[in-house]
Amino acid sequence: MRLEYFQMVDRIAALDVPGGRISTRCQVPEQSPVFEGHFPGYPIVPGVLLIETMAQTGGWLLLARLGCARMPFLMQVEKAKMRAFVAPGQAMEAEATLVHEGSGYAVVKASIAAGGKKVAEAEIRYGVVPFPNDTLKAAMLETAGRVGLPEEFHHGA
Amino acid sequence: MASTYETVAGIIADTCDIEPDKITPDSHAINDLGIDSLDFLDVAFAIDKAFGIKMPLEQWTQDVNAGRVTTDEYFVLKNLSANIDKLVAAKAA
Repeated sequence: MRLEYFQMVDRIAALDVPGGRISTRCQVPEQSPVFEGHFPGYPIVPGVLLIETMAQTGGWLLLARLGCARMPFLMQVEKAKMRAFVAPGQAMEAEATLVHEGSGYAVVKASIAAGGKKVAEAEIRYGVVPFPNDTLKAAMLETAGRVGLPEEFHHGA
Repeated sequence: MASTYETVAGIIADTCDIEPDKITPDSHAINDLGIDSLDFLDVAFAIDKAFGIKMPLEQWTQDVNAGRVTTDEYFVLKNLSANIDKLVAAKAA
């Protein structure tokens, strides 16, 4: 993870595209400028970044289902719970399950586990739209390679 | 069993925090009830779930943008309910 660049997902660990399930690995760095402010003397991952981690995890599931032809943008977070603190250096595993794929939107349930226990969960809703420009599409495809999204799911790009 | 309109009106009242007596079959979801796109996402999700359908919102938007229909066709609640009934019937067929 590179928190200050919003690179939350290190690797896709498991992906079941037809079944609508994904899990990702996210290694919290030992050091980050984020921890200088959150909080001085007591560094923990901000809850908003846990939500972002769940949103990106679900986002990769949707990108895979869409063949990277369209982009899911975070629109809504429901029932978000931060159940435990996450410290620098902790390894997290995020999961997302597709709840509904609507016309122009999608909904997933997501959670994060660390140290053997659930630390966060939320229902996340996305607007699913055409890529607004080629720069973003290219960046997403590059990132897809970095996180290990199999090329068979890039077909719509 | 509630009619399609009654179910839709209930969903709108619950998800958009609108008083039920302000909602009528002739209400336009946007122009009369002031539902914005984010709230309509909630409404669409709840309708999709309640009726087991996938409202073709993108196709409807294209129809409006192309001038084939007015927004009344999809956003006046009695018309929206009729379109939901068609989708439910098409799914059952």
